[in-house]
Amino acid sequence: MFVLCKHSKKLKDLPGNLKIKQNSLSIGIIVASDYQHQKVFDKTIIRKRVEIKMTLLSKEQLINFYRKMNRIRAFENEAIELAKMNLTRAAIHTYNGQEAIAVGVCAHLKEGDYITSTHRGHGHCIAKGADLERMFAELMGRKTGYCKGKGGSMHIADLSIGMLGANGIVGGGIPIATGAAFALKYKQTDNVVVCFFGDGASNQGSFHEALNLASVKKLPVIFLCENNNWAISMNIGKSVNIENISERAAAYGIKGLTVDGNDIAQVYREFGNCLEEVRQGTGPVLLEMKTYRLSGHYFGDNENYRSKEEVISRRQECPITRLENLLIQEYGVLPDELKAIASEEKAMVLEASNKAKLAPEPQAEDLWNDLFAQDFENITWQPFVKS
Amino acid sequence: MLVTFAQAVGDAMKEEMRRDDRILVFGEDIAEFGNIFGITRGMLEEFGPKRVRNTPISEMAFIGAAMGAAETGLRPCVELMYADFSLVAFAEIYHCIAKWRYMHGPEYKLPLVIRSAMGSSFGATGEHSNCLESLYMHSPGLLVASPSNAYDAKGLLKEAIRNDNPVMFFEHKQLYKTKGEVPEEEYTIPFGVADIKREGSDVTVIAIGLMVGRALEAAEALAKEGVSVEVLDPRTLVPFDKEAVRRSVSKTHRAMVVEESNKTSGVGAEIAAMMQEEMYDELDGPVVRVAALDVPLPYNIELEKYAIPDAEQIAAAIRKML
Repeated sequence: MFVLCKHSKKLKDLPGNLKIKQNSLSIGIIVASDYQHQKVFDKTIIRKRVEIKMTLLSKEQLINFYRKMNRIRAFENEAIELAKMNLTRAAIHTYNGQEAIAVGVCAHLKEGDYITSTHRGHGHCIAKGADLERMFAELMGRKTGYCKGKGGSMHIADLSIGMLGANGIVGGGIPIATGAAFALKYKQTDNVVVCFFGDGASNQGSFHEALNLASVKKLPVIFLCENNNWAISMNIGKSVNIENISERAAAYGIKGLTVDGNDIAQVYREFGNCLEEVRQGTGPVLLEMKTYRLSGHYFGDNENYRSKEEVISRRQECPITRLENLLIQEYGVLPDELKAIASEEKAMVLEASNKAKLAPEPQAEDLWNDLFAQDFENITWQPFVKS
Repeated sequence: MLVTFAQAVGDAMKEEMRRDDRILVFGEDIAEFGNIFGITRGMLEEFGPKRVRNTPISEMAFIGAAMGAAETGLRPCVELMYADFSLVAFAEIYHCIAKWRYMHGPEYKLPLVIRSAMGSSFGATGEHSNCLESLYMHSPGLLVASPSNAYDAKGLLKEAIRNDNPVMFFEHKQLYKTKGEVPEEEYTIPFGVADIKREGSDVTVIAIGLMVGRALEAAEALAKEGVSVEVLDPRTLVPFDKEAVRRSVSKTHRAMVVEESNKTSGVGAEIAAMMQEEMYDELDGPVVRVAALDVPLPYNIELEKYAIPDAEQIAAAIRKML
């Protein structure tokens, strides 16, 4: 509805506003666009305009998205507070500014679907339904955490919700997603895998090898590139020689699509369309969602590689703010209602954090748990044990 | 002058780059950002984007590219942000870089250095904490350095850059902020020359990287109990200064190896095996290994501390030997 009511007039004017370039080399690349998208990513080349399948989003759905996006933001803000209190270890990579992607994507997934995640994975976990208290407990290295205090922020996984694992190695999750998709196909289900990764990971060999493998085997996996402009300090303009990561799909003969990842309605709609095809067995899709990493690479990053002005200007395109505007302007939601939702979410997050703070620390003997499957642990050989 | 380990590494590269314009540095986040630990800060300004280059997150490509550039006349000093990530480029290092000269002949010189931050650092956990020297010691053709202080780091890195062999140069993250005395005048330290960090007569402790400091702490504590510990820092693991070890154990007749990586198949395993093969007669007892427990390093800070040897544990192990 959103684009639908609001921009229907503007859409009519589109051809006059947009430069449409034809490029015979980029067969299969479709950049979904609407007027708003163009304003944000004015450098995006529109190669082929297609009719966008419109999915009607109800107020309730959008409010639900708003709730979850605020939950993620509140979680990350609290994670930073914990880091400041020295309750967390190593690096905390926040998802601030990318919330629309995890929320819009995971809203479509059903039981039996899988996701793989990255070092910036808190948002994916929360959107997929992970338990906030166990997440916080893990961030604080507690025994009740997702990894029992052995993994930390970068390694949260929860098989019970189909979250196969975050990953500290850039691009490390892409082949894993491919293997999970192979298993789903082997078991003849209609389930899919969503493989989240960043623009930086798209330059790893693992990305190219996995896309090729998945394409020849027609595996049910959506390679979802969250292009947030920055790979630590390296701007996307300096790390790749193309406008859109999705153009790489052409090399593997699969569908590639670039959408505005800060627009929850577009994320939801376009991902839904891809998902429908992938569930039917048409093979993998490379779906790029353009967004912006509002925070530093990690908490404590001096960000000497980008200007404050750049961050301030991109903050105006924050997906939460955009959804707020949409709800207020097009759906008649009162600002106070939204504020109430945001505070509810924050309160829930803080409650989870406070409970996690009371969780027990793991003990030295816990170090040996889970190294090998039980039957192997029972054989006579034992690893070196501290005397 | 007193400088940090990180400064010493940065200064070594800068001094060498001023001397020889075939030397260039590249890696992830080393240009504007100046590396995660600030080591390459100021290099982009001094040497320009031609010689100080950021690379995309493509370890296999840029490590392989370093080899190609070295083979054709440049002298790259590349940076792998964390040693853990070197495994993404493992085939390039283990097979190509290590074996090229041997398989193709001496005209295939590979004067390249791969610098890498390694080791535990307060909960960096399983994929960002590994000490991987033993993996690279296992592929003939690579030199391996693991300095323990600012002075050694600078001298060894300058030597590594001047050397015509490929070098794996490991820098422990916890050492970066430690300060040490470094002379104003130029110096290099040859590979394969161990350094006695503390003289003693009862036990030889061969310690590597971060563990040198912890072994010295243990030696200090034991001195008060009347135990005289000699701390030997091999500084480079390939080549390894066997003669220095022989000289030391011919005096103490007892030896221990202390390392941070997992005990199984670690550096200590190699050194202990070599000693029982080559200097058995000098030893009054088995060579003792003190190493990390055989688990991936955990995130929880107390568990991490428990898994890695500390001065107390080293001291306790020494007492048991006597």
